[in-house]
Amino acid sequence: MNKPTASPPTKIPSRDIKTIVNAGLARRHAAERRFRWYGLIAITLGLTFVVLMFANIIGKGYPAFWQTYIQVPITFDATVIDPQGNRDPQAIETADYAGLVRAGMRQLFPTVQGRLELRALYGLVSSDAAHELQDRVLQNPALIGASQEVWLLASASVDTLLKGNIDRTLDESERPIKDNQIEWVDKLQAAGKIEKQFNTILFTSGDSREPEQAGIRGALMGSFFTLLVTFLLSFPIGVATAVYLEEFAPKNRWTDLIEVNINNLAAVPSIVFGLLGLAVFINFFGLPRSAPLVGGLVLSLMTLPVIIIAGRAALTSVPPSIREAALGMGASKLQMVGHHVLPLAMPGMLTGSIIGMARALGESAPLLMIGMVAFIVDVPKGLMDPSTVLPVQIYLWSDLPERAFVERTSAAIMVLLAFMILMNGLAILLRKRFERRW
Amino acid sequence: MSTTALETKVALDQALDLNTAPRKQSSVEVTDYDNRQTVGKITVDHPKMVCRGVNVYYGEKHAIKNVGLDIGANEVIAFIGPSGCGKSTFLRCLNRMNDTISICRITGQIKLDEDDIYDKSVDVVQLRARVGMVFQKPNPFPKSIYENVAYGPRIHGMVNTKAELDDLVRDSLERAGLIKEVEKRMNEPGTSLSGGQQQRLCIARAIAVNPEVILMDEPCSALDPIATAKIEELIDELRENYTIIIVTHSMQQAARVSQRTAYFHLGDLIEVGETDQIFTNPKHKLTEDYITGRFG
Amino acid sequence: MQSFLLLTLLLLSIGGYYMGRKRAFAVAGGHIRNLHSLPSFYGSYTALWCGLPALIVFALWATLQPSVIIDLVVAGMPPELRNLPPDRLNLIVNDLKNLVGGNIVSSTPDPAMLEAANHYRNLRVIGNASLWVVVMTLAIAGVTYAWRTISPTLRARNRVEQVVNLFLIVSSTVAIFTTVGIVLSVVFESLLFFRQIPITEFLFGLQWSPQTALRADQVGSSGAFGAVPLFAGTLLISGIAMLVAVPIGLMSALYLSEYATPRFRAVAKPALEVLAGIPTVVYGFFAALTVAPLIRELGAALGLHVASESALAAGLVMGIMIIPFVSSLSDDVINAVPQSMRDGSYALGATKSETITRVLLPAALPGIVGSILLAVSRAIGETMIVVMAAGLSANLTANPLAAVTTVTVQIVTLLTGDQEFDSPKTLAAFALGLVLFVVTLILNIIALRVVRKYREQYE
Repeated sequence: MNKPTASPPTKIPSRDIKTIVNAGLARRHAAERRFRWYGLIAITLGLTFVVLMFANIIGKGYPAFWQTYIQVPITFDATVIDPQGNRDPQAIETADYAGLVRAGMRQLFPTVQGRLELRALYGLVSSDAAHELQDRVLQNPALIGASQEVWLLASASVDTLLKGNIDRTLDESERPIKDNQIEWVDKLQAAGKIEKQFNTILFTSGDSREPEQAGIRGALMGSFFTLLVTFLLSFPIGVATAVYLEEFAPKNRWTDLIEVNINNLAAVPSIVFGLLGLAVFINFFGLPRSAPLVGGLVLSLMTLPVIIIAGRAALTSVPPSIREAALGMGASKLQMVGHHVLPLAMPGMLTGSIIGMARALGESAPLLMIGMVAFIVDVPKGLMDPSTVLPVQIYLWSDLPERAFVERTSAAIMVLLAFMILMNGLAILLRKRFERRW
Repeated sequence: MSTTALETKVALDQALDLNTAPRKQSSVEVTDYDNRQTVGKITVDHPKMVCRGVNVYYGEKHAIKNVGLDIGANEVIAFIGPSGCGKSTFLRCLNRMNDTISICRITGQIKLDEDDIYDKSVDVVQLRARVGMVFQKPNPFPKSIYENVAYGPRIHGMVNTKAELDDLVRDSLERAGLIKEVEKRMNEPGTSLSGGQQQRLCIARAIAVNPEVILMDEPCSALDPIATAKIEELIDELRENYTIIIVTHSMQQAARVSQRTAYFHLGDLIEVGETDQIFTNPKHKLTEDYITGRFG
Repeated sequence: MQSFLLLTLLLLSIGGYYMGRKRAFAVAGGHIRNLHSLPSFYGSYTALWCGLPALIVFALWATLQPSVIIDLVVAGMPPELRNLPPDRLNLIVNDLKNLVGGNIVSSTPDPAMLEAANHYRNLRVIGNASLWVVVMTLAIAGVTYAWRTISPTLRARNRVEQVVNLFLIVSSTVAIFTTVGIVLSVVFESLLFFRQIPITEFLFGLQWSPQTALRADQVGSSGAFGAVPLFAGTLLISGIAMLVAVPIGLMSALYLSEYATPRFRAVAKPALEVLAGIPTVVYGFFAALTVAPLIRELGAALGLHVASESALAAGLVMGIMIIPFVSSLSDDVINAVPQSMRDGSYALGATKSETITRVLLPAALPGIVGSILLAVSRAIGETMIVVMAAGLSANLTANPLAAVTTVTVQIVTLLTGDQEFDSPKTLAAFALGLVLFVVTLILNIIALRVVRKYREQYE
């Protein structure tokens, strides 16, 4: 087949390819650029949404971490607090502290007259101010008879005004705070008797109808108890299932069925789990509504598939040589798993579990079904106490029209996101720290 | 040594120039070039492609070292050498397929006719239309046989009517020797063909664009002997109209299909010559070792 | 009280472990070699005997005790209370529980109730005390039994491993029980519903206005339960969501896998996936308080009437939520297309976009369809966004600017708040749940099949 090299070129038909291709090049490159732009636009849009949402929520939420207080001169009048003079705690507890607050407010603005005017004046401080005074006196009975300047929680409308969220130019009837109140607030501000302090109430108290008194502690504790149950149930069961399916289970129809089940459960809408919880745990087993126990049960069923799938992936990444080595040393199969495979797979399993728990933390739809959506003031103290969780609290607050609640909702979202970021960060850290390449 | 001293000098100068500019070169490597001068004649009378001082780097790895080679019009030239010697890498430089690998960097000059293919003014789309390629593993698109062949002409806007396209597809399949086998099943997926047929489909796909040069990267390595024989026969027929560069690890194949053979070793072009001469009377020790099977 | 019992049991088991281990050393005469298993297995064996039977009895007792006590208390009530119809009796039992729990009761308690409450408290004390006795007896009996059976030939390891194995197997069946639980609870309640409302009316009726029946003889007490407007609303919102998510998600995936530099990809991909980690309630808040007003104002500026709870707002935000879902699934699918396809196309002189649209996308189409189906099923089942941003009125419309309601919204509204459990209204929620479950299940099964088939094609 060897022919002489480099024979002169024979006649080759229609070598016009260069011109043909050149003719279309400009158009094709334009299309290419266009397509590339579409991609870039798409990804920019996606990232913009991320930024926009965070900016929106942080912008709305960060003022909620500060709360307005008014400095009021309070006379702890002994004749009001302790008329008998015997320091009877019962009497001290039930005394008319609201009266003291009112007296203090009158002292600030002695010229205010008339029932309506006075009521508007009293409206500047929160109804919680009386409790605040009560607490102080109960903690320190020596206060009785003394006079003190006390920072009292301002009402939500004052707070909203000072945060610049009320349009002063609106007609008086259209804003929650009246002209005379604005005038007083301005005077207080000029006198330095009004200031913003870090909002501890947000973290120390439960829900309330008054925005300035509402906090997320109840929801946080509810979330904590719910997640505790979720973790205690789903982690051992999930790990056990993963171990069984990966290490022990025979390959038969039964285990196939289990596998198909797990994959499908991972894709069942969360609200359906709520229906299950309502029908089975509450109506069939008679567990109490709104209890973290039930919430945890429902969420653990939802989290299980995530943990199982992650657990199996972690187990398969342990090389068979480790198993053979352990068995070769005369370990029983269970010892091999317990001593060698499981410890090696544990970081992966934990990572999966943390991600699963983070998802459970953000879940709210199924919990609506089992009554964790009630208005609950008390901070839950146990697994059976009626409670709500952070996302549901956000849902509840988002329905309330007051600006102060919008602010608090955003703040609660920030707290929720902080927890999620923390958990996911932990998972990433764990993966980075223990990642092993075999 | 049949390379003229001048040519070697030019090639070397270029290499030194190009190498020192972008990347610091140790003197050891430069002397290395002196020892590893290409044996044989790198030039031809009617060159289709002219390569001078071609260097390829994968990140820090120097994959092709100062290769100079002419490829004649209407010849079949075979690249042989042990695996990892850079023959495929060099082949992929010829239609800039290495562009798709981000860490790959190429210096030197490669000309197709009068155009420097790495010049900014040259469009890679146009270049690849002129320099087609057939891969190691048959890679028909997951489309019908017809659509596979029609793909190139369609994207380049080479035909105006459906009838023209039909003709072109039939013609290409005919030239690839596939038409009899697929005439009745043009709308079946390309993947439904056997391995050898798939590879001929890929060749039909390449020649449908009517390229000037066809690069073949071990086109028969995934095929059985009968399919291989058919492809080799096809290559011989195609030589009439195209310049063909074939990378192969089979020395028999190189001997059967090519007029010239180039032997690569660890990124160096060791020896070029007429196929007969390379296989019967290699001039370089390394070539001889390889041909006689001392390594491979 | 009960947690204290559990703690005691735990401590006893730990004690049992050490006792068992010590006993094993003793019977072996100090030489472990004489034992069949390691001493720690004998310890675990004893601990299991101590804790397990007691725990099982405890669990059974704790679940049964409340209902048994209620039955006993009801039996001890005066006949005029005892013979009330079941629903009235239920109310009384509820009052009783509240009375015992010290909560506010709906009416001032009468003497009979107070007496019953006392009876309840007494029974509960007796019950708890006997629980203690029984559990402790069992635990101690268990330890004793194990202690006596420990001998060098006892195959303690095998026994312990049998128990662990049993635990593993039982754990793995939880998934099955969950599915069975879902199916049973949803199907059972739905059957009750379809006994009252014909299934054809539910599936094909065009009117949805679930009424609460205050009295059985109330006019129009049954309401209208034609779910078509809900299905239409769900489809409308999911459709809008997909119109947002599919182009953005797909183009992002294509850009990231074909154009982006590795460094850009390393930053942008996780950043985009942040969207998937944000809780849906946050999206709902964003939709209801930011996007919906924005769209309304925009519509007003253009002279359009936009409902304040427009389908567009909910769909748009839901689409944003689904973007990372589509993009990461498509990314997997696109990356599964072999490099040789791209090479083949580039070698013919195709540009990148030509390669993508003419080779990659057709090749990846089944996989992409699969991932879009998964995304659709996600959109249909999504709850919080629509609960917060979509309306409650069941309008049968295709206008994205109007308010529509969805299946999930109706499930939530029907089931939140105090409802009698077997009114058609609550049962309707379960029927809707059944539809939701079946539809998403079918979508998932098809999608997983398609994706798996597709993967096999390139393996």
